[in-house]
Amino acid sequence: MNRNISCTVNSKSMTWQIDIRMSLADLLRQHGFTSVKEGCGVGECGACAVLIDDVAVDSCLYLAVWADGRNIRTTEGESKEGKLSPVQQAYLDTGSVQCGFCTPGLIMASTSFVEQHKGQKVSREQIRKGLAGNLCRCTGYDGIVRAVEQCIDAEKK
Amino acid sequence: MFDIDSYHKADTVDEAIALLSQNPDAVPIAGGTDVLVRLHSHNPDYRHLVDIHDVAELKNITMEPDGTIVIGSGVNFTDLAQSPIVSVNIPVLVEGASSIGGPQVRNVATIGGNISNGAPSADAAPPLLVLNAHIELKGPEGFRRLPLHQFYQGPGLVDRNSGEIMTCLRISSTDYKGWSGHYCKYAMRGAMDIATIGCAAACKIDGDRVAGIRLAFGVAGPTPLRCWRTEEKAQGSVADQTLLDLVSGSVLGDLRPRNSWRASKDFREQIITTLSERVLKEALKRNGVSIS
Amino acid sequence: MAVGKSVQRVDGVAKVTGKARYADDFTMPGMRIAKYLRSTIAHGRVLTINTSKARVLPGVDGVFTYQDIPKTKFATAGHPFSMDPGHVDVADRLLLTDYVRYMGDEIAIVVADSDLTASKALSLIDVEYESFQPLVNSEDILGDDAPEIHKGTGNVVKTHSFVAGGNLAEVREECDHLIEGRYKTQIMQHCHLENHTAYAYMDDHQRIVIVSSTQIPHIARRIVAEALDMDVGLVRVVKPFIGGGFGNKQDVILEPMVAFLTKKLDGIPVRLRLDREGGMIGTRVRHPFDVKVQVGLDKNGTIKLINFDALSNTGAYASHGHSIISAGVAKTHYMYPRAVYSCNAKTIYGNIPSAGAMRAYGSPQMTFAIEAVMEEAARLVGMDSVEFRLQNGARSGDKSQITKKPIMTCGLLDSIRKGRELIGWEKKRKEWPKVQTGQLRRGLGIAIFSYGSGTYPVCVEPGSARLILNQDGSVHLQVGATEIGQGSDTVFAQMTAETVGISFDKVHVVSAQDTDVTPFDTGAYASRQTYVTGQAVMRTAKQLKTRILDYAEIISGLDAELITIADDNIVIAETPEIAVMSVRDVAVDAYYDKNRGGQITAEVSYKTRNNAHVFGCTFVDLSVDIPLCRVTINEIYNVHDCGVVINPLGAEGQVHGGMAMGIGAALFEELMVDPDSGRIYNNNLLDYKVPTIMDIPDLGAAFVETYEPSHPYGAKSVGEAPVISPAPAIRNAILDATGVAINELPMTPKSIFKYFKKAGLL
Repeated sequence: MNRNISCTVNSKSMTWQIDIRMSLADLLRQHGFTSVKEGCGVGECGACAVLIDDVAVDSCLYLAVWADGRNIRTTEGESKEGKLSPVQQAYLDTGSVQCGFCTPGLIMASTSFVEQHKGQKVSREQIRKGLAGNLCRCTGYDGIVRAVEQCIDAEKK
Repeated sequence: MFDIDSYHKADTVDEAIALLSQNPDAVPIAGGTDVLVRLHSHNPDYRHLVDIHDVAELKNITMEPDGTIVIGSGVNFTDLAQSPIVSVNIPVLVEGASSIGGPQVRNVATIGGNISNGAPSADAAPPLLVLNAHIELKGPEGFRRLPLHQFYQGPGLVDRNSGEIMTCLRISSTDYKGWSGHYCKYAMRGAMDIATIGCAAACKIDGDRVAGIRLAFGVAGPTPLRCWRTEEKAQGSVADQTLLDLVSGSVLGDLRPRNSWRASKDFREQIITTLSERVLKEALKRNGVSIS
Repeated sequence: MAVGKSVQRVDGVAKVTGKARYADDFTMPGMRIAKYLRSTIAHGRVLTINTSKARVLPGVDGVFTYQDIPKTKFATAGHPFSMDPGHVDVADRLLLTDYVRYMGDEIAIVVADSDLTASKALSLIDVEYESFQPLVNSEDILGDDAPEIHKGTGNVVKTHSFVAGGNLAEVREECDHLIEGRYKTQIMQHCHLENHTAYAYMDDHQRIVIVSSTQIPHIARRIVAEALDMDVGLVRVVKPFIGGGFGNKQDVILEPMVAFLTKKLDGIPVRLRLDREGGMIGTRVRHPFDVKVQVGLDKNGTIKLINFDALSNTGAYASHGHSIISAGVAKTHYMYPRAVYSCNAKTIYGNIPSAGAMRAYGSPQMTFAIEAVMEEAARLVGMDSVEFRLQNGARSGDKSQITKKPIMTCGLLDSIRKGRELIGWEKKRKEWPKVQTGQLRRGLGIAIFSYGSGTYPVCVEPGSARLILNQDGSVHLQVGATEIGQGSDTVFAQMTAETVGISFDKVHVVSAQDTDVTPFDTGAYASRQTYVTGQAVMRTAKQLKTRILDYAEIISGLDAELITIADDNIVIAETPEIAVMSVRDVAVDAYYDKNRGGQITAEVSYKTRNNAHVFGCTFVDLSVDIPLCRVTINEIYNVHDCGVVINPLGAEGQVHGGMAMGIGAALFEELMVDPDSGRIYNNNLLDYKVPTIMDIPDLGAAFVETYEPSHPYGAKSVGEAPVISPAPAIRNAILDATGVAINELPMTPKSIFKYFKKAGLL
């Protein structure tokens, strides 16, 4: 059941022996990327969202073996040299963090949305649609919508 | 960890067919959003996997010289919705595709999986039914094609023989040129939900009359269903409120909604009736006919 | 000034970078995984259980059943120990059971080397049951021949009744109008994103260490000791970051079991982590209420009496039991405190998942009933809904009919006025047609609420804090209170900075609680931390400041009475802009001078003997699509009087989150039970409809600040209250739009359909 895969995680090359029965979430957490949270295990909450080749995916519903040859981004890699990414900063500015458990997944989904809509005018409705795969039970989403709006507005400037 | 007993990765359709033929217990896994959910709940029917996740030949969307649109079964819903071929010619399918689950699910879930798991709630199904989509399967004996409505055989049951892989969906130009359509998903939440009722309509206009009308519903019977009798009755009618009344008055005769803990039969009927009118009205509007 | 200013959360960076570690993010070499075997019937008895095949499966360390566990029953509710024998929680739990009380009851547990092995082992256990009729509905539960879910109870946990403020029969006579209504609320589930999880190991032959996702580490420690008949001092509970609780982790659910397992297995680390499906049924839910309420009014529309007959279903095990309805009745009576208030309340058992604490603890259920019937009352006497509440709502100085104590600060009426303005009530009332027809109709609704800050005088209210001055002039703050996402660590840091006189970023809060180290506090519940623990933090900060100044006097020779601390410096009180020396200078001397000083610390444990009442309201403007039975919120505002707002950004977040949960309660969420089998249909996040970002509109949060004299910074609570009033406000707006009164929650399209059909709208 074991297999070798190579991938990059947060720009770092990895070669791992994996059990094909593992999900990508299992694999990442095993290697210390514990920002990847499990809230449901079946793609209903988005807490485990990571970017695979810059596309947001629930890593609980993604076989680890599929990561072979791909670039993976997790929340750990979004801040560089002690500086938060614009999305991370916007989450703090808008008070969009409470318990923090959904936060890493939401930050990745938001990052993907912001990158895909660079320089575009987007409505709150579009932002909502873009983040609809992530549940948050603490914030009521209000700040989250504003955080993404803030990032997109900043990109335009 | 998932409770997987055997796993084989296919790089081509032919490899997948060979692997599936070797192990009658094996099931194909593409996007994983269905199979892995079943494995999460330790469903023993999914312990032998043939992985078609990275079969490149299933991921194309093309238009043939005669205008036929061919959608590979391995195309995910995000790529489907963003494809110019699809969004320009058959936007009703974009409406279906973009109402499934949430963004992360749409980024990996495939149209082939959505159809071939036989779910009555498949959001791609009503749009594909009103587009008269045909599906193509390839097995040890070669290719075969059949209309989508014949592919559905019962709840969770489709006409896929062991060893077969659904390769693509085909939509002929005569089924979209001049047609307009609309899909509406009625669910309990705005995202991450299964449809309580899904309704698609398509129409073609000739003067003030409907030259063609198609209606299909999800979760209104054991499989996604076309409303053949209603369509027949409405064919050729003047496109006005009387047509909408005729359709909403007739549509339940084509469908078999049922009681379940998710929703009662009479509630589903209320939604079906209302949607049939509203969705057709919107489809007509998109073909230049506004009924106030 | 640190208090009253929006600050970034002290744990914000840890959380946005994914560096915050939760209980599942820690592991130990050799850690084993435990999994419950849950019953497949809702009511009955285990006749035989055969674990022999599971035991011999490679990788299995142990299989335990009800035969292997201690026979001492324990109570799980996260309350402080009560010295009053008449006020103790019901001890009706064992670690595992052979008498099944809900579908999913824990009858055995497997410990194995992996999750997968544990699952396989579970499938190898054979169980034979004797089934009894599942008791789901109150009629069946209280039926004459109903089997007893817990022996000797008659399926009743507790009842209580009272009349406060006058003679009910007399006042009833005086009323010009009597209105009655019956209102039902649903079973809800907290759905914090992090499931319940805990692990335990032993670090000698006696001591057990438990790492758990809990709101109440110190209480968990006591209850584990009780369940396993150990000394409290031998149990250590550590609470790292926690992914939400909302009351569901104010209950001791996994900790006694992991402690038991590691003890049985010679101290090896054992993790027990519920999956979502297990957590939805196997933790706690919100009590469903069935409330009959009668309101009496005079001809001027003044409320003279409010009389309840209320029933609460606590499910399989008591957990918080009757406390919920008891608190719900008590905390909501501050809304209309000048009326005679009377109540008959009963809590029953049922073969459904156990109900426990959930955000606002009985108040949302009671308030739905009260604010629904009040809307009927306003309409009956022909008063505007807002005016009716302005006339009858609480004012400062009103006395509680129950406690006879005055309400010190009450911004209710100002909240109502502010909400009325925000929603544009009067303008819309003028512009909208009086009677609406057509498929799409629009309505306005209001509901008010009252709530408390902590549990006093029902329970003891201790808060404790410890401050340590570091060599660099910064401080470390330890509290026994628990940060669960609500932002308490941040407001404690603000209070400390404010009172000591140092900058906010010089306060380091130790966010993890460890009962071996952190001072005693009962934890996060009852919206108590800013109010209760805040009082201990202020006293500790004052003590530290005094000690710093006393030491500064020794170094500088300046009279401690004449100096103070401002902006991290020791200054002359009269000329604070001139620094005498820095706090850092004081610290370095205290730590390292060979002949004097020592580490400067402060510690205070303080019991609060007050409770401050909070008030506010929800205003909503919504549309109803009648044929589609669908409600769309156009605008919604919550206005709160929570005293002085310590951290506006954090308080706004609490209000938004509560509103969303309230909207969920109103329009989306219900844990659904098959009445025949007791099976829960929707034990997952697909079928249990937590609102997504698509379902929650832009939210408006506003504050009316009062200064609460019983709190050192004038603050009152804000954590739970925002969830209370959205559902009744939405219900009242649907009534306004359609003329249809919906008297049960949730108001999903499926439910609205039935009401519209009955009303002839469909």
